[in-house]
Amino acid sequence: MSTTPPAQTAAEIVVVDYGLGNLRSVTRGLERAGADVTITEDPETFADADGIVLPGVGAFREGMDNAGPYREALADAADRGQPIFGICLGMQMLLGSSEEAEHAGEGDVEGLSFVPGTNVRFDVDRKVPHMGWNELDVQRDHPIVEGVDGEYAYFVHSYYADPDDDNAVVATADYGVDFPAVIANEEGTVFGTQFHPEKSGETGLQILRNFVDLCAE
Amino acid sequence: MLTKRIIPCIDVDLDEEGNAAVYTGVNFEDLKYTGDPVEMAKAYNEAGADEFVFLDITASADDRETMLETVSAVADECFIPLTVGGGIRTKEDIKETLRAGADKVSINTAALQRPELITEGAEAFGSQCIVISVDARRRFDDEGEYYTTVDGEECWFECTIKGGREGTGRDVVAWAIEAEERGAGELFVNSIDTDGTKDGYDIPLTKAVCDNVSTPVIASSGCGGPEHMAEVFTEAGADAGLAASIFHFDEYSIQEVKADLDEQGIPVRR
Repeated sequence: MSTTPPAQTAAEIVVVDYGLGNLRSVTRGLERAGADVTITEDPETFADADGIVLPGVGAFREGMDNAGPYREALADAADRGQPIFGICLGMQMLLGSSEEAEHAGEGDVEGLSFVPGTNVRFDVDRKVPHMGWNELDVQRDHPIVEGVDGEYAYFVHSYYADPDDDNAVVATADYGVDFPAVIANEEGTVFGTQFHPEKSGETGLQILRNFVDLCAE
Repeated sequence: MLTKRIIPCIDVDLDEEGNAAVYTGVNFEDLKYTGDPVEMAKAYNEAGADEFVFLDITASADDRETMLETVSAVADECFIPLTVGGGIRTKEDIKETLRAGADKVSINTAALQRPELITEGAEAFGSQCIVISVDARRRFDDEGEYYTTVDGEECWFECTIKGGREGTGRDVVAWAIEAEERGAGELFVNSIDTDGTKDGYDIPLTKAVCDNVSTPVIASSGCGGPEHMAEVFTEAGADAGLAASIFHFDEYSIQEVKADLDEQGIPVRR
């Protein structure tokens, strides 16, 4: 017996192009996970998307400067409960502040503050940046980490998130200190990974599939 | 726990028809056709490689367009970090290569000739994507800065260019320290002395670099099997081990190497 599967509407995801990072990899990863991806510089496109990705490599101050024009549109999206996924620096930007800007003598730089807390520099007797594959230790349920507990992901960073509320920590990794590898806001709709899912092989693709599934709901 | 990385590397040239193809050195001299770069990237991605290194060995500016297209095709199959090297001489070259889909660029001669390129690249694109590659050779005279002992003799390491055919007089360790200060995010250490031998990495060289910098070090040249990877991780302190022919010619699979390291208690991603 053959049945026609129900028409699948792939989740429509916008990747915010604020001038940082390798957007090609994250786009390919999301497409591989079944998403319909648009790279955009236009905050007005956010409202119609099923999910928003904030990519990012680089420094906190530069990231926030570049993301400035999107601040309001992102806050509106978060209020509507649209999924927002921050990757690496994009995750750090979900918090309120970062020591990085202070260390650079740049004073306070205000993050997006979707997850209350700050970002701090690794103070460990190890090489910084923390670069390479590290094991994920899932701390609590969240759809984004479905099926990845104990798997490895690819990290490159010198700072890590330090949320005010321990419950914001979804998964950790160990680099002389247990630091948050995945965080989420209270509602669970705004979340981020310190590692790069688009560079984390099959585990990363699983996370991107989890994200696409969550957006398609 | 952070794992040691196992990295296959391909040397890419153009074949007679102008298509990108992988060639691997056999017995120091002969280059043997090894496969299609995109197919190889896909296979290593699936086999559990931790990263992938793509070196353009055409050394011709005319072929740059074809190479960048190949980099893009490789990047589309690579859900692991991709480093691209060869022929990168300017900040614009770095930008183009990253745009094509590379996560990191490896720079060798151009950085030795104009060290400011490291600073410019790191400031514009972040240290994490600037890899400085050196081709070291042993020298047993008194012209070096940092000495170690090799086979009972005092030895220093010199940066060479043109595949080891020309010396520069620059001490590898001193250069590594400068590259780190200028913002290099990783160091890629090749040895003219052990390249192609399959007798193991140049341990004194790798250790000398690792002992003097805090930037991650990728050891290269001379890997003949998992025992050499183990040696360079435990004795020299390398963060990653690169190999070509043992993987390309199916002498060992990525997983066999990792299983072996795992048995010895060396953390690897399985």
